[in-house]
Amino acid sequence: MVDTSVELCGIRLDNPVIPASGTFGFGREFAELYDLNLLGSIAFKGTTADPRNGNETPRIADCSAGMLNSVGLQNPGLEAVAAEEIPALAEKCGKPLIANISGFSVEEFVRCAEVMDRCEPVGFLEVNVSCPNVHAGGRNFGTSAEETALITRAVKKVTKKPVFIKLTPNVTDIASIAKACEQAGADGISLINTLLGMRIDIKRRKAVLANRMGGYSGPGIFPVAVRCVAQVHDAVRIPIMGMGGISSAEDVIEMIMAGATAVQIGAANLVDPWACKKIIEELPILMERLGINSLSEICGIA
Amino acid sequence: MNDNKYKVVRNEMIAPGTYLMTISGDTSEIKGPGQFINIKLDGLYLRRPMSICSYGDDEMTMIYKIVGKGTKAMSRMQPGEEFDALSPLGNGFMIDEIPECAFLIGGGAGAMPIYTLAQILRDAGKKPHVIIGFNKEKEIFFADEFKELGVDLTIATMDGSSGVKGTVVDALLEVRETAMDKNGLKTENRQIYACVCGPEPMMKAVAEHSDAGQYDLGARMACGFGACMGCTVITKNGPKRVCKDGPIFRQEEIIW
Repeated sequence: MVDTSVELCGIRLDNPVIPASGTFGFGREFAELYDLNLLGSIAFKGTTADPRNGNETPRIADCSAGMLNSVGLQNPGLEAVAAEEIPALAEKCGKPLIANISGFSVEEFVRCAEVMDRCEPVGFLEVNVSCPNVHAGGRNFGTSAEETALITRAVKKVTKKPVFIKLTPNVTDIASIAKACEQAGADGISLINTLLGMRIDIKRRKAVLANRMGGYSGPGIFPVAVRCVAQVHDAVRIPIMGMGGISSAEDVIEMIMAGATAVQIGAANLVDPWACKKIIEELPILMERLGINSLSEICGIA
Repeated sequence: MNDNKYKVVRNEMIAPGTYLMTISGDTSEIKGPGQFINIKLDGLYLRRPMSICSYGDDEMTMIYKIVGKGTKAMSRMQPGEEFDALSPLGNGFMIDEIPECAFLIGGGAGAMPIYTLAQILRDAGKKPHVIIGFNKEKEIFFADEFKELGVDLTIATMDGSSGVKGTVVDALLEVRETAMDKNGLKTENRQIYACVCGPEPMMKAVAEHSDAGQYDLGARMACGFGACMGCTVITKNGPKRVCKDGPIFRQEEIIW
C-alpha cells in the first residue's frame, strides 16, 4: 500500500491534493457532490478586508487549453468569511484549511492575517500578492521582491500559523522573489498564480473581458508552472505548493517531481466538479504503477 | 446536478442559423423551464451553457443559434454522437408566483424556455399570452408548436413581414388590453406580469412596461454551478450568481 500523505510545515495532509483558491468558493457547491474530507485541504476563496463585488462582466473567456478570468476577488469580506463561511466549511471539511488573503495595502494584509490567525479551522495562510486582476493605484506587490518581502514580514508578525506566499509568474525572475520571501520568514511558497492574458472578439473589435485583461489558467499553463516550481525549488528550502493547470494524477506526480510538496487544482474544478476526487482516487494507483512508495521520495527529483 | 451522458437524437436547422437539437439521457432531476445544462464539447476547454427548451421522460430539446465556436461545434453533431453535460443547472422559473394571466415573452433562439412554461401554465388551468419576436417571417420557428398548445400567441417581426410590426414590446402594448379583457381581468388587477427570455436589451425594454415578472439573465459563464463567480450580476439584493442563484430573477431585484 503506497503512502499518499505529505507533511507541510509540520502539518500532515492525508494527500497532497488541494482545490485552489477562487475555483472552489467556500466548498458549498462541491459538498453536495462528494465528501470534502477526501481532500488534502481546501484553499478557500480569496478574502479581502472589505466585501468586494468584483469586476464588470464578462469576466470569463475561453481559450484553447484553458480560460481567462477577471473575477476581481469578489468575496463577502473578512468579517463574513470568518463568522459564517469558515465555520460552515469546517463542518463539511475537518482538514486544516488554507486561508487565501489579499489586500491593497500592507495594513489590509495584516488585518486579514490577524483575523485568520484566530480562526481555529485555518491551518495555513496563503498570501496572494499576485492577483493580476485588481489595479489599485497600479500597485502589484508580487512583481517586486522588496514589496513581497515587506508583506511577508508584516504578516509573519501577526500569525503563528504557517504562511505561504502565492507568487505571480508574470515576472522576470520568480526564483529571486521566492528567495526574498524565504529570507523574510515565509514558511512556504505557492505558485503559480494565473498568467496575464487577453482575448479579442474580432467581430466586435473589442476585448472579450470587460476588464480587457485577465488571468490565464488551465492545462495550457501547466508547463510554465512546472518550470517555475522547479526554478523555485532550486532556489529555496521552504516547501512549495505547486499549481497551474493540473488536471490529472499524472500532472500531480509531475509537479511533485518538479519540487512541490503539495499541489492545488484550479481550473479543472470548473470543467469537472469531481476533478479533485478523481485525481485523489487515481493517485495511489498511479504511484503503485510508477513504483513510488511515498511522495517525499520524488519531491524535486527531476 | 450530475455529469450525464447524452446522445444526439435529432439536430437540424429550423430557421437560418438556428438549430433544434433533441438529446436522449437522464432528465429526472429537471425541475422546470429556465434551467440549463452545461455541455462538454470536444476541443473546447470550457463547457457551454444551453437552455432547456422542453423535456420529457428521457429526452430534452434545445434551440440554439450559431454565435461562436461552441454552437458551431454543436451544429455539426450527428444523430448518435454523444457528449457529457452537467445537468440540470440553475433555478428555473418560479412557477407558483406566475399569475392567472401572464405574458410570456421571448426573442430569438433564447426564447424557447417559455414554450415549456406555456405548457405547464396551460396544464395548470392558467391563460398565458405568448409573444415571440423575430427579425423577419423567414426566421420564425415554433409558431405552430405554440398554436398546438392552444395558448394565445402574438408574433412580432421587425420588418412587419408577419404579425405585429416591431419589437415584442410593440406587440405587448398592442395586445395587452385585449388580452386582459379576454381574461376578464378587472381594472384594479390589470397589472402586466411578464416572463421573459431573450437578449438583454429586449428584456430591459419589456421590464420598462411591465409591473412585475421573471427574467432569464443568461450570461457568459465558466463552471455553471456556482463556484467561480464568473457570471455575477449585481442585484438590489447584492451580487448574485446567474448560474446558481438564477438564471431566472424577479423583476424587483434586477438593476438594468
